[in-house]
Amino acid sequence: MQKISTVTGTAVPLRRSNVDTDQIIPAVFLKRVTKTGFDDALFYAWRQDPDFILNQEQYRGARILIAGPDFGTGSSREHAVWALRDYGFDVVISSRFGDIFRGNSGKQGLLAAQVAYEDVERLWEQVEAEPGIPVTVDLVERTVSVGTLTVPFDIDDYTRWRLLEGLDDIGLTLRDEESIAEFESHREAWRPKTLPIREPAESGSL
Amino acid sequence: MNAASTIPAHTDGARPRTLAEKVWDDHLVKKGEDGTPDLIYIDLHLVHEVTSPQAFDGLRLAGRPVRRPDLTIATEDHNTPTLAIDRPIADPTSRTQIETLRRNAKEFGIRLHSLGDVEQGIVHVVGPQLGLTQPGITVVCGDSHTSTHGAFGAMAFGIGTSEVEHVMATQTLPLKPFKTMAVNVEGTLRPGVTAKDIILAVIAKIGTGGGQGYVLEYRGSAIRALSMDGRMTICNMSIEAGARAGMVAPDATTYAYLKGRAHAPAGADWDDAVAYWETLATDEGAEFDAEVFIDADALEPFVTWGTNPGQGVSLSESVPDPASIDDQHERAAAERALEYMDLAPGTPLKDVHVDAVFMGSCTNSRIEDLRAFASIVKGKRKADGVRVMVVPGSARVRLEAEAEGLDKVFEEFGAEWRFAGCSMCLGMNPDQLAPGERCASTSNRNFEGRQGKGGRTHLVSPLVAAATAIRGTLSSPWDLEQEGAR
Repeated sequence: MQKISTVTGTAVPLRRSNVDTDQIIPAVFLKRVTKTGFDDALFYAWRQDPDFILNQEQYRGARILIAGPDFGTGSSREHAVWALRDYGFDVVISSRFGDIFRGNSGKQGLLAAQVAYEDVERLWEQVEAEPGIPVTVDLVERTVSVGTLTVPFDIDDYTRWRLLEGLDDIGLTLRDEESIAEFESHREAWRPKTLPIREPAESGSL
Repeated sequence: MNAASTIPAHTDGARPRTLAEKVWDDHLVKKGEDGTPDLIYIDLHLVHEVTSPQAFDGLRLAGRPVRRPDLTIATEDHNTPTLAIDRPIADPTSRTQIETLRRNAKEFGIRLHSLGDVEQGIVHVVGPQLGLTQPGITVVCGDSHTSTHGAFGAMAFGIGTSEVEHVMATQTLPLKPFKTMAVNVEGTLRPGVTAKDIILAVIAKIGTGGGQGYVLEYRGSAIRALSMDGRMTICNMSIEAGARAGMVAPDATTYAYLKGRAHAPAGADWDDAVAYWETLATDEGAEFDAEVFIDADALEPFVTWGTNPGQGVSLSESVPDPASIDDQHERAAAERALEYMDLAPGTPLKDVHVDAVFMGSCTNSRIEDLRAFASIVKGKRKADGVRVMVVPGSARVRLEAEAEGLDKVFEEFGAEWRFAGCSMCLGMNPDQLAPGERCASTSNRNFEGRQGKGGRTHLVSPLVAAATAIRGTLSSPWDLEQEGAR
């Protein structure tokens, strides 16, 4: 994962709440077996409308998405994060995120910055007043700045540290391999196992 | 708080804990320090074709094995056709994804139930059916409806593909403890009101973001009275309230469901397991971070009118007027939703005509759901012009239904009786709505385009789906009774 500390670029004001992951990327695009190539699938249904905000010239090449509350709710599909990344977004700002989406973002180097509801409104107003104005998201200071406006954002310390360092979760966990093996050595006999395969007692009656 | 509970604290002198806290504590590999997350052991990893290929790829690239194939199981469900399952899958991208899972399962030694296998089906129907889903375990899957398994008193939650890879490689996940919310449902459901109506009412009450960061524990007399199938319906839709997981403390109903299932403990193991399961219920005096109350006596059949599962009301009500909503974002969302749904404020919901009825999905495709649907449609014919699809949750549920003659009931009613899979819940296979079509669906999401581009979804219970299929307009069994009395 690449390290992130500061992102500066154009921001898109997406004035919609409850943007679920089915809107971010519809299920028909989930059939691919790769992690890339999802940029065209991002907001696929909405992008059919020529007036949709991503289709507007002044927001081309944007790196920051500023969305309404409850962004990324619904399905666990990490494809939503891949599609946002593939399109070119490095940061999503919202006053509230779906839990699974937020977790997925942190693992794929997409910065999910939680900004107070009123501050999102102020960011929207600034960006709409002057589309294309550079917006800076500073992960070290945890701030979003545009023009003379600077607002704070929340992100948990652990995710922030991993993003700043570009660290891979699996590698970190495997440092504790001994603890995992120790835990497994005490796992009770009655806890479920999928192998070897057992037949149901009543299967003959079906 | 919890004055109604009679369960004593199970450890003398220890702080009273909730069910969720106990399961968490018993899976702690390593406690986090200085803001780092806890490392939690995963007892059961469920895998399907859509969210796994990139995870297997990651393992291959890093040269890592699946640490515990014996705690992992895969099934094909999201993409699979529900007709002509003996023929090759027509859609080449779906076929590639299924074939990729088969290759990966073989290479990494994962048990897989493929299309045509008696244990194939929706991953959240298969786990409980095999007896793998048990009280007090941790369950994950690259699917948000993993919350279903919480009905057994398991801690079960959906994860992304990076986490799927993480669990495959380490059998653990780094996690921050979830907050806990008690959802108290007291009273007795009236005939015609079901578990689905309870959970739709809960979501309408707390909102699609109300559960964010929480594990919901469903409690109270109305929950205790539910069967396992009903409890699974409720826990399944916890994610629709934004929650990570939903749980119900195990009891005699849970044990009766599990006993004798293929992977349930047997012999002396059974007794040891039950002794442990008995300790899991939330202790008297344990504190939840939040609490809500639902009056089961007052509940009516419920239906959604909008494009998120929180936009729902009783079926006897009318489409709400967005102008009456104070919050500007919710008002704007309601306006957008009504435009998409092509509904006018003030329209009685019972006047809304449907083109299709979908009976299926991990929310409502177990045998009791099919029996409930059949109990209403038996001996009747569906309304003209309404397409009715009945999709069992697993191949085994299909066999069970056929052994009871339910397939004949559905066919005589004019419904299509299909093979098992996720089907029209998300339309990844050919089972989709056409643009503009309106569907009464027993599934879990009414998002824009969820069941097919431009399709319109009303979430309902199996009983409401059945009555709607008979009348052609959104209806409950109560409407059929009134008609009969006329």
